[in-house]
Amino acid sequence: MSPAPSTAVPADPAAAPPPSDPVVAMTGITIQFPGVKALDDVSLRLFPGEVHALMGENGAGKSTLIKALTGVYAYDAGTVTLGGAEQRFTTPADAQAAGISTVYQEVNLCPNLTVTENIVLGREPRRAGQIDKRASRRRAQRVLQELHLDIDPRSVLDSHPIAVQQLVAIARAVDIDARVLVLDEPTSSLDAGEVAELFRVVRSLRDRGVAILFVSHFLEQVYEISDRMTVLRNGRLVGEYRTAELPRTQLVRAMIGRELATLEDLERAGTRPVEAGAVPRLAASGLGRKGAIEPADVEVHAGRVVGLAGLLGSGRTELTRLLFGADRATSGRVEVDGKPVRLRTPRTAIARGIAFLSEDRKGEGVVGDLTVRDNVLLALQARRGWLRPIPRRAGDEMVARYVKALDIRPADPGALLRNLSGGNQQKVLLARWLLTEPRLLLLDEPTRGIDIGAKAQIQELVARLASEGMSVLFVSAELEEVLRICDSVVVLRDHHKVADLDASDATLDGVVDLIARGNARD
Amino acid sequence: MTVSDTRPPEEQVPAPPGGTPRSAASRAGWQGAVRGWLRSTSTGSSTFSVLVTAVLLVVLFGAGSIRYENFGYPQVALNLLVDNAYLIVLAVGMTFVILTGGIDLSSGAVVALGTVMAARLLQAGWPAPVVIAVVLATGALLGWLMGLAIHGLQLQPFIVTLAGMFLARGICFAISGPSIPIQDDWFTAVAINVVELPGGTFLSYGAVLALVVVAVAAYVLHRTRFGRTVYAIGGSESSAALMGLAVGRTKVGVYVISGFCSALGGLLFSVYILSGWSLHGIGLELDAIAAVVIGGTVLVGGRGLVLGSLLGVLVLGTIKALIDFDGGLNSWWTKITVGVLLLVFVVLQRVTGRRSGTAS
Repeated sequence: MSPAPSTAVPADPAAAPPPSDPVVAMTGITIQFPGVKALDDVSLRLFPGEVHALMGENGAGKSTLIKALTGVYAYDAGTVTLGGAEQRFTTPADAQAAGISTVYQEVNLCPNLTVTENIVLGREPRRAGQIDKRASRRRAQRVLQELHLDIDPRSVLDSHPIAVQQLVAIARAVDIDARVLVLDEPTSSLDAGEVAELFRVVRSLRDRGVAILFVSHFLEQVYEISDRMTVLRNGRLVGEYRTAELPRTQLVRAMIGRELATLEDLERAGTRPVEAGAVPRLAASGLGRKGAIEPADVEVHAGRVVGLAGLLGSGRTELTRLLFGADRATSGRVEVDGKPVRLRTPRTAIARGIAFLSEDRKGEGVVGDLTVRDNVLLALQARRGWLRPIPRRAGDEMVARYVKALDIRPADPGALLRNLSGGNQQKVLLARWLLTEPRLLLLDEPTRGIDIGAKAQIQELVARLASEGMSVLFVSAELEEVLRICDSVVVLRDHHKVADLDASDATLDGVVDLIARGNARD
Repeated sequence: MTVSDTRPPEEQVPAPPGGTPRSAASRAGWQGAVRGWLRSTSTGSSTFSVLVTAVLLVVLFGAGSIRYENFGYPQVALNLLVDNAYLIVLAVGMTFVILTGGIDLSSGAVVALGTVMAARLLQAGWPAPVVIAVVLATGALLGWLMGLAIHGLQLQPFIVTLAGMFLARGICFAISGPSIPIQDDWFTAVAINVVELPGGTFLSYGAVLALVVVAVAAYVLHRTRFGRTVYAIGGSESSAALMGLAVGRTKVGVYVISGFCSALGGLLFSVYILSGWSLHGIGLELDAIAAVVIGGTVLVGGRGLVLGSLLGVLVLGTIKALIDFDGGLNSWWTKITVGVLLLVFVVLQRVTGRRSGTAS
């Protein structure tokens, strides 16, 4: 049925019509939320034995479309057919029973139960009304074997890393005998090896004829795994394409709907040199924390952007947190403007003009139930103390200025923050810190999980801030990004600092080499 | 590569913030060994907590036997069951609720309501079996109503069952302010007669019934879909819903079970004390919660065994018995000891559960 089960070479697109009738056809789906049309006449076709990528910026309607398919949201207009018959799922259980399984970005399993139970829960084999534990285990074992996963089915789920939990979630989907598997950003917290493992499982399912819907922000991954893609923008359908026929630039254009000028303009006109003898704004020497990051030196001068590059778990976040006083260092000294400082708590850091944008947006920054206005003013108000409220007028003005400057959408200071897309939430958090007029900005993965448009805007903003004299420490998993906007790059590997490069000397291959092997190629 | 390669050995995992390296190292030693063994059971760390409670029970009882003459007799141990039968039943119901991450503050008041209803209806000449059925149905109905409010209206269990507590206590007074003695033949027969055991020892019918309730509860929790859904909800309610489990039915169900168990506890209490009074069982729900927590069930839900709750009740009973045997100690010492124990157990849960807390 699938023309090319081996995945190495994509089949000639012209010679490959849709392999068969779509297993899922959504047509004319419209969902109206209070005040916004979340989806407007959107269609999606999923074919058996294909990986279909759903692409779009944050807020384009991807999650909404998935939730319409899986029975979480009801749609106001349109039809969904499964295997040719019209369906209307009202609960996730309905959709599951019909063969549509979903693996979400946050693993939606029960961490307190065993792997076996998580696979068979709700469908346990029973004998005379009681759960047959041995048969359950055998079934879980069989599914895990089919997927070539070496996991003890008796182990408790939360004894495994997230990547393995995600694979268990897929095993559960396979056990359901899913005809359609929806993977909603499954790779955002996985490292390269784990992604490869995930893709191996996805391919083997595809080859068995499962229709897979894949959502990811990583273009490389999308091009690696998908056969077909559907692009959404602002709740509308842009089009359906075969992956092999759609060059990346066109995809990005389709997603953001404007020329890529912003991204390309950012190629910076050389790095700013450090004046000889200038006192660095921040100088850490031998700064480390046992078990988290080995002693490392970091210097950030005024008006420079220093990148922190390294794999997930290399100590990027740990080092950043030490510089903010969020964790206590066990060794080393820190100087701000040449004066020694003991960063014991974030309060001391903030008092020295240091601001920190956490990697964990949801957990450590966003107050979803407050408005954009309140979220923006939060840090400034905290700094003034509660006895000196910000005058309403002045607050409104500041918020309006930043909403405009950072292009926060919707441009409504009264909107609740949780209703904003990830990229816009990030901009609100940035605005919060910028209002306190910091002199050193620590940004931990500020562009993760946000769409290309917002990413470009944030990069642009970082460059602009630096040119106005602010110092920035920029942590990112995306090397291109680091190389594009940073003046120098600190490379971390296995909790060690392995290099400190000037951006003009750094090449992508060189940094990749450093991260992989710990020494420069030459 | 295989998946097992992606999982670093435990020692390489960076220590959780706040955990000192020393505690991590010592934990890796003996606890690692225990945990390896416990992995073969389906509920891992809960089994470990129950084991701790069991050891505590044995130590307390052993200490009592050495310190006080006559404490070591088998009948003293059996009396723990006899004297606490109603609390065991109550703790079983509470275990279901706490495993889902909820709480039931109404159970003490429902016990009182059970005793008052039973005494009043018997006084009015109703036959005992009918009285028992009516009391149990009332408890289940109250639980059902609270469950509906908690799940249907998404209200806090704390507030809803607090309201249930006031309601049940109020109904008691509406039925009868003063204490009503129970003189029904059937009730007194159950109160007086015992089940003879070898060695001249005995158990009351109430104690036997309590043990049966524990056994049934353990079966339901571990061998039925309903029971596994209870654990799943405690682990992650939103996940359970997305996995297509019957979350609503189960959440309402645990409150029905707790209401039913409270009413049954009320009947056992009225047999034990042969009276019905609106002021019976004040604060009993807190004893039940204490027993459940000492028995190793985690208040946020998802981890715990009903057997632990039984042991928890026995630990409370043993402490009370020890202080009674001493004679010289004020009974407030019971409360003080229980308070300290509770704190120790919550800290213990925190320490053993920390790994799972940081993994998410």
